[in-house]
Amino acid sequence: MNETTQGSKGLLIPETKDDLILDMQNLNVRYETEDGIVYAVNGLNLQLGYKKTLGLVGETGAGKTTTALAMLRLIPDPPGVVECDQLLIHDKDILKMPADKLDEVRGKDIAMIFQDPMTALNPVFPVVDQIAESLEIHENLSRSEAEEKAKEMLELVGIPRSRAYEYPHQFSGGMKQRVVIAISLACNPQLLIADEPTTALDVTIQAQVLELMKELKEKYNTSMIMITHDLGIVAEVCDEVAVMYTGRIVEQGTLEDVFERTMHPYTEGLFNSLPNITNRQAMLKPIKGLMPDPMDLPKGCTFAPRCDYATEACSLGFPPLRAVSDTHKVACIGYDHPAFHIERRKG
Amino acid sequence: MANTLLEVRNLKKYFKTSHGMLHAVDDISFTLEKGKTLGLVGESGCGKSTTGRAILRLIEPTSGEVIFDGVDVTKLGKPAMRKMRKNMQIIFQDPFSSLDPKKTVNQIIAEPIKENRIIQDKVAREERVLELMDTVGLARRLINTFPHELDGGRRQRIGIARALAMEPKFIICDEPVSALDVSIQAQILNLLKQLQHQMGLTYIFITHDLSVVNHFSDDIAVMYLGQIVEKASAEEHFTNPLHPYTKALLSAIPIPDLKIKRERISLKGEITSPVNLPNACRFAKRCYECMEICNHEIPPLKEVSPGHFVACFRYT
Repeated sequence: MNETTQGSKGLLIPETKDDLILDMQNLNVRYETEDGIVYAVNGLNLQLGYKKTLGLVGETGAGKTTTALAMLRLIPDPPGVVECDQLLIHDKDILKMPADKLDEVRGKDIAMIFQDPMTALNPVFPVVDQIAESLEIHENLSRSEAEEKAKEMLELVGIPRSRAYEYPHQFSGGMKQRVVIAISLACNPQLLIADEPTTALDVTIQAQVLELMKELKEKYNTSMIMITHDLGIVAEVCDEVAVMYTGRIVEQGTLEDVFERTMHPYTEGLFNSLPNITNRQAMLKPIKGLMPDPMDLPKGCTFAPRCDYATEACSLGFPPLRAVSDTHKVACIGYDHPAFHIERRKG
Repeated sequence: MANTLLEVRNLKKYFKTSHGMLHAVDDISFTLEKGKTLGLVGESGCGKSTTGRAILRLIEPTSGEVIFDGVDVTKLGKPAMRKMRKNMQIIFQDPFSSLDPKKTVNQIIAEPIKENRIIQDKVAREERVLELMDTVGLARRLINTFPHELDGGRRQRIGIARALAMEPKFIICDEPVSALDVSIQAQILNLLKQLQHQMGLTYIFITHDLSVVNHFSDDIAVMYLGQIVEKASAEEHFTNPLHPYTKALLSAIPIPDLKIKRERISLKGEITSPVNLPNACRFAKRCYECMEICNHEIPPLKEVSPGHFVACFRYT
């Protein structure tokens, strides 16, 4: 892991736009409901280089899944309203694309793995049909060719081809998620968005599935966005990390930047809330209070009400995401003072 | 042991299914001292929740004894069991489905107090509810709100307040933080720990999350297909795990620290069905250290060093 991140340092922020699989500028998503307007994503910029894996981290309601759905233009409208200055994926302008063209991109250039394999599969079709479907549509394969390729995909994810004609309910949770992975990778997508792909799985099965995803990503040169709340998973599979809070990125950088040179007080709070596996005695230091209601976000820095370092200046406006090194960005005005620093729990 | 609060002996819970007998809990024994926490860990379907429920007789055990404070609760009649349950409470995993959506916070917390005729006077009862809300860190103004108005962390606090209402000696915490975000999870774990110190509570902490259980427990028992395969102090469990399943489980936890590098032991296959189990080690099919004997004999749980029990032929 160390080797890849260091060896690729020059590519993290690519020199030219040509090196980017994803270039998204100023994404805003709000849901206009009867009760009020939910501000789910607020001015998000994301860029991702080819073959890289970005971890999108945050707690429930941070806007991670909304961001992913917006990239595929899957936000239901109404109530969703999406505004975005630019959304290029693999050089295709997703925003300007007519609806029928989108179907050619979804599942082909961009694939998504959803959190819950129990609901992502259709219960009334055998798994082989569900994998073959996208192959027939995108690769112009005949029915029998598609089925053959689908069986190969099953073997690739570690399911014997003899089980191809079984139905989803005949598989365990881990096996179902493997089927979902087979579907998403069948057409060799350029960008794979995995939304909490292992959250519903047991830890030993999670390890198997993550291992499989890493292998396949290498094999097919896929770029990936891994949405998760688990910093342990990020440490294992990602090259870069973006930490989200109330629909904004508060800290972004390489794995080393965010894990070892943590700068944002919220990121610090996340780390301090985790039980330490190597030191039982370490106290948990939770973040005080609750995430604000996205219908009623505080003025200024949205984390300020929960932040131990907050000053009056924090309520003036949301701090911009500013670069502190070539790869590391943080949205905190505390750093206007040269002496400002945060404290990670020891051990 | 004078200090023993709970002793479980040969506890079994079988369910009849159309395919045969499902061995959900299969011959589990352990003791738990006053004021301590036993962590019960394992993957889904290993029988950890069923064990918890069988101890409280929320489901009737098939056989075995549960000796609580010197009394075998499996032999108690209904009225006596009802009395006994005041001392034995449970906090459930999902604060979204374990609270009655039509009741206010006040009604939910007051219910056990009312049902057990502890405080009959309505005003005094409300005073007690407010006291309990203070104890678990719920703002008093929330007393007349409904569960749907509250977030997961607050709902779990209601569940804890309700369990504390009877002033129990013993609480089973069944995945109490699994549905919560990490920052909220840490708040609830700290609260449970603080209550344990204040009130001298004894816990069984059921979870699939090994880093949480390590942080929280004094002793840890690892379950696999209805049986305890290893039991040791939390310290020993993490520094010197013996059972191949425990080792694999520990190596599978993703650690949010770039400095820690580990050998991952990857297991083949998944947990087999607990129906019609063979007369063999239940882990043998996935085991990377499997021997001939493992395929035709069941390894007994043996003490290999003081306080460290393991059920594996490699060590017996």
